Amino acid sequence: MKIQQNYKLTTVSATANNNYLWDKLKKRAMSVQELEKIFQHKVDQEIKIEPKDWMPDAYRKTLVRQISQHAHSEIVGMLPEGNWISRAPSLKRKAILLAKVQDEAGHGLYLYSAVETLGTTRNQTIEDLHSGKAKYSSIFNYPTLTWADIGAIGWLVDGAAILNQVMLCRASYGPYARAMVRICKEESFHQRQGFEILLVLSKGSPEQRAMCQDAINRWWWPSLMMFGPKDGESTHSDQSMTWKIKRKSNDELRQQFVDMIVEQAKILNVTLPDPALKWNAERGHYDFGEIDWVEFWNVVKGNGPCNKQRLEARRKAWTEGAWVRDAAAAHAEKRKARQQDKAA
Amino acid sequence: MNQTLINYVLHLADNTLILSQRNSEWCGHGPVLEQDIAITNISLDLIGQARSLYQYAATLQGGNVTEDTLAYLRDERAFKNCLLTELPNGDWGQTILRQFFFSTYQHLLYEKLLNSKDETLAAIAEKSLKEVTYHVRWSSEWVIRLGDGTEESHQRIAKALKELWSYTGEFFIPADYETATANEGTGVEIAALQQPWLNKIQDVLQEATLPMPEAKTYMHTGGKTGIHTENLGYILAEMQHLQRSYPGVEW
Repeated sequence: MKIQQNYKLTTVSATANNNYLWDKLKKRAMSVQELEKIFQHKVDQEIKIEPKDWMPDAYRKTLVRQISQHAHSEIVGMLPEGNWISRAPSLKRKAILLAKVQDEAGHGLYLYSAVETLGTTRNQTIEDLHSGKAKYSSIFNYPTLTWADIGAIGWLVDGAAILNQVMLCRASYGPYARAMVRICKEESFHQRQGFEILLVLSKGSPEQRAMCQDAINRWWWPSLMMFGPKDGESTHSDQSMTWKIKRKSNDELRQQFVDMIVEQAKILNVTLPDPALKWNAERGHYDFGEIDWVEFWNVVKGNGPCNKQRLEARRKAWTEGAWVRDAAAAHAEKRKARQQDKAA
Repeated sequence: MNQTLINYVLHLADNTLILSQRNSEWCGHGPVLEQDIAITNISLDLIGQARSLYQYAATLQGGNVTEDTLAYLRDERAFKNCLLTELPNGDWGQTILRQFFFSTYQHLLYEKLLNSKDETLAAIAEKSLKEVTYHVRWSSEWVIRLGDGTEESHQRIAKALKELWSYTGEFFIPADYETATANEGTGVEIAALQQPWLNKIQDVLQEATLPMPEAKTYMHTGGKTGIHTENLGYILAEMQHLQRSYPGVEW
C-alpha cells in the first residue's frame, strides 16, 4: 500500500525528516480514513504521537479528558494531604509533607501543560473542573482523619497511582508520556515516605499501632476503586488500549496492586480488611473480595464524604485569587507599555 | 551552658518556624499554581533554616533536648519570634507584604551574621542567605506588581501596609539576648539595620506607587520576650497537637 510505503520511510528517520515527509503527505489531501490508518500504524510501531501530528478527534478528546482529569487529581489531591501540614508531628515530617504536596502541584503544572499541547488552555481546563464537567480521582473525596492517613495515602493511594503511571510512561502521546516519566520518579519517593510513616507507627505505642491499622482499614477499599470499573464495564478502556494510551486493563492493574500490597503489609505487620483475601496457587495471584460498587458510583456522582468541600476549596482559591492574577496581568501590560515608550 | 546564646538562637529559629507555619497554610490554596509552588517553597526554606537553628540550640542545651522538643514542647511564653511572623495570612497582599518586610530584615541580619564569632551561626547564615536573597526578590516583585497593578490590588496592598507597618519596628529593638550576643560578637547589632531596611522598603514602595508610612508610627513589641498576640496560642495548639497528645513517642 502506497501510504504505508511512504510511511515506512518516516519510521526510520529522525523527527525533523519525519515532519517533512508528513507535510508532503498532508499536501496530498488525504481522506480521514487514510490519515487514521497512518496514525494507527504509527501507534502500532510505538512511534510517539506529537502535538503537531495529525490525530483523530476522538483521540485528542480522550487525551484531553484523561490528562486533565489526571491534572485535577494532582491539584485536588493536595487538599487532603495539605490538611495535615500544620499538624505534622515533627519538623522532619512537616518538611517532607510540604515537599510532597508541592510536588503534586508541580505534577499538576506538567499535566496542564500537556493538555495545552492539545489545544485546550489551562484556564478552560480549570473552569471545567470548577463547573463539575471534568472529574478528578474519587479517592480524594475521602477525609484525612488522623496522621496515619498521610502514611496510608502515600503507601496505598500513591502506590496504586504509580502502577497506573508507570504504564502511562509508555503512552502513545509524547508530551503525556514524558510528563509521566518525571512524575513517576517523584511518586516512588512519595510511596516510600508513606510506607515509612506507617512503619514507624507500626513499631510505636499501642495507640500509634491502632492509628496505623485504622487508616489502612479506611483507605484499602477506596484504593482498590482507584483502578476504575471492572474491565467489562469500563467505557473508555478498549479504545484507549488500541490507541496505546493504556496498556493494561483496570482489573490487571488492580490485581498487580493487591499482589504487591499484600506482601508489603506483612512488613508492616498489619491486616487488610478483606476476609476473602487469600493466595491462589493456581492463578499465582491473591484472590480478593468484591468492591462495594454502590459506594464507588456514589462517590463518583458527588456523594462522597468530601466531594463538596474539595470542589469548594478549589473554587474558593481560584475566585479569591482572581484579583491577584488580574493585577499581575495589568502590571505586565503597564511594564510593556513603558518599555515601548522608552524605546520610541 | 550559654543561656544568652541559646535564647538568641531560639529567637532566630522561632521567627523562621512560625512564618513557615503561616505560609504553609497557602499550600493548595494559592491564587495560581506557580505561586502556590513559590510560597510553599519559601515555607520549605524557612523550615529548613528553623531545623538547622533548633538543632544547634539543642546541641547547646544538651541532654534530651532535640529540634522537636524545642518546636513542639515549649509554650507560648517561651517563643521568641517577632509578632509580625505570627499575624494571620489575610489576603495574598498581606502575606506578600509580611514576607517582604521579614525577608528584607532577615537578609540584612544574615549578611551581618556571616561575620559572627560563632562558626555555626555564620555557617547557617551563609547557607540561608542564598534562599533569602530569592525571597526578597520574589516578594518585592509581588509588592510592585500589586501596588502598580489594578486599582483593587493597589487598594488591597495599601491596606496591608497600614495594618502591618506597626509590627515592623520590633525587628530593630533589641531584646537582652540580642544586645548581649551582639556585644560578644556572636549576634548582630540589630538597631543598626533599621536605616538600610527603611531604604530598601522605600525603594520598593516607590516603584509600587505606594506611600512610605509615617516614621513615627506606634510600634507593637513583645514577641521577642514572649509576650505575643493571641494568634500564637492557636498556631501552637494546632502545630503541637500530636506531640502533646501522645508524649514521648517516635513519629
